[in-house]
Amino acid sequence: MTAALSVRNLRVEIPTRRGVLTAIDDLSFDIAPGEVLGVVGESGAGKSITGSAIIGLLDPPGRVAGGEILLSGERIDNLSPSAMRQIRGKRIGMIFQDPLTSLNPLYRIGDQLTETILTHEAISAKAAAEKAERLLVEVGIPAAGTRMSSYPHQFSGGMRQRVVIALALAADPELVIADEPTTALDVSVQAQIIALIKRLCKDRGTSVMLITHDMGVIAETADRVCVLYAGRLAEIGAVRDVVKRAQHPYTHGLMAAIPSLIDDPNEKLEQIPGSMPRLGAIPAGCAFNPRCTYRFGRCMRERPGIYPVGASDASCFLHDASGEAPPAAVVRNAIDAGIDVRASEGAEP
Amino acid sequence: MSVEALSRPRPAHDGTDAPLVEIVGLGRTFDLSKRWLNRVLEGSGKVTLTAVDGVDMSIRRGETYALVGESGSGKSTIAKMVVGLLPPSAGSVRIDGVDIWKELGGAEQRQIRRRIQMIFQDPFASLNPRWRVGSIIEEPIKAFDLITDKRERENRVGELLSLVGLDPRDAGKFPHEFSGGQRQRIAIARALSSSPEFIVCDEPTSALDVSVQAQVLNLLRDLQERLGLTYLFISHNLAVVRHVANRVGVLYLGRLVEEAPARTLFSDPQHPYTKMLLDSVPDIDMTGRERTPIAGEIPNPVNPPPGCHFHPRCPLRFEPCDKVRPPLKEYGQSRAACHALEEGRVSAHRD
Repeated sequence: MTAALSVRNLRVEIPTRRGVLTAIDDLSFDIAPGEVLGVVGESGAGKSITGSAIIGLLDPPGRVAGGEILLSGERIDNLSPSAMRQIRGKRIGMIFQDPLTSLNPLYRIGDQLTETILTHEAISAKAAAEKAERLLVEVGIPAAGTRMSSYPHQFSGGMRQRVVIALALAADPELVIADEPTTALDVSVQAQIIALIKRLCKDRGTSVMLITHDMGVIAETADRVCVLYAGRLAEIGAVRDVVKRAQHPYTHGLMAAIPSLIDDPNEKLEQIPGSMPRLGAIPAGCAFNPRCTYRFGRCMRERPGIYPVGASDASCFLHDASGEAPPAAVVRNAIDAGIDVRASEGAEP
Repeated sequence: MSVEALSRPRPAHDGTDAPLVEIVGLGRTFDLSKRWLNRVLEGSGKVTLTAVDGVDMSIRRGETYALVGESGSGKSTIAKMVVGLLPPSAGSVRIDGVDIWKELGGAEQRQIRRRIQMIFQDPFASLNPRWRVGSIIEEPIKAFDLITDKRERENRVGELLSLVGLDPRDAGKFPHEFSGGQRQRIAIARALSSSPEFIVCDEPTSALDVSVQAQVLNLLRDLQERLGLTYLFISHNLAVVRHVANRVGVLYLGRLVEEAPARTLFSDPQHPYTKMLLDSVPDIDMTGRERTPIAGEIPNPVNPPPGCHFHPRCPLRFEPCDKVRPPLKEYGQSRAACHALEEGRVSAHRD
């Protein structure tokens, strides 16, 4: 089966006065039809840039410097701006973080929806208006008929985000890119919106790329998750594997650092020392090595590839069965922490 | 002076166990009316927003009291009134028995202010970008005339920096040279520089990434143990609150709807809103726990529903809920304001 979206060795560069920064470095992943792929990472990891690169809306001077992006098997990264406009909105829907800025404050909700539908479908204005109302009902807006003539400011935050979801789904896209769709909302509303996105995409068989910094949202919504660190893939796998049995030391640390409702509140939270490097100062070798408790000689020199571990893939030398072996002590610590080390054990230092 | 000497001895327990902070009937309204002339011409009346409505709570020495609530629940307004940044419209805030909003003499006012400090949410907005870190941290020391000798003051700044896990040499740098987590450490060092007993933390980790959030939460906990600090911790993140708080107050549209020891609140919530809030925390452990979906959103605080503010969203609402404000009553270790609990329509405790 052809993947709904396939990103191959994507490289995004941002030229600056002080040299070229690499915001995304050799990133590859697939989203199967009907699948929800979560993309997580901390600020600066390159989540949103990946989303912008896919829809061809990178802020200049940022540019796709390498790799391929395929939508249902067709390349879309080399299309002309006008060809890309045909795809954006029609075949790829978008939901952004702040619903107030993604709606035009001067147009009625109904007009914005009908305009989107008419742009992408050859139907009459009347049929488009009917479809718009159906969409509003589908996303759970009460009294949709009368709300069609309301302006965005007359809606609450949660209702506005529902309208944005209706807009994203207006042209029945194959893929929806949701960039932090619940971050601006209160927790009680967040749960409603997550449930809505999940239900709609399941009903319609739409694939979703869900970009968020919130592991909780991912755990609830995604089928698979892709963890980014400093513009590079750290780990990708089924959501349960990554959440419960993370294989990359970064993901492992990240999961332990998140306070949850079942761990012991008297225990200190585990913390990862330091913070994510800036784009201009990514360390040599593995980007995570200065913060990593399991690093050994190789990590500072070579950049790790992507190695399979169980059903996941992780970019860490602990899982590389060839090449320099990690010291025995490192292997033991990693195994104690629940990481399935595949590299052969080296000598005692 | 060693780092240890920075902390005054823990406030002696004089046996009375009197709370450090006592808040009684605290209220705050904001006037959102149009100007007088517009009101006359357009025939519109006065519009007021009640941000905080009759909140009673007390914070014991050395404990962390967390206030949770969604946006518009009045968390930050309470924080501002407690530290002395915003005068209350009703009620009082007493720190160590002294009403901070009563007319105090200048010296007395300064004395009490020195003992309260605040850490803000956004470390990118709360540090002056044109000041060096050293000047930022020593400002409270200068303002309260705590150390007059320049050399000694610099030493103190260095000690504060190492106390929060930074390098004393960082004093010469500017805020933009630091990451978000490091900036929040600088804000904490500044809050500690006047040797306060009570620190109000208003969403101290909301602007930070999770791996950095854990560092800051652990630091706050260490400092509390070392310096005997008392915290008022404000957050919308229940999982974070569970990790830091000894007691928790839940706010809804400016009113305290439930208060309980943290352990009790999370294992045995009483108020339907608290239960709903706990249910809406994403299930990161993938336990597949049963969760009730939540209906509706927080209503407009300018025109809150009558009676119990929560009744339009409440699955347990009945006769008096839309007319009478429920009083805060004790149920075991918790206090909650709910008619359904009061009349025993739901059993107060789980089996």
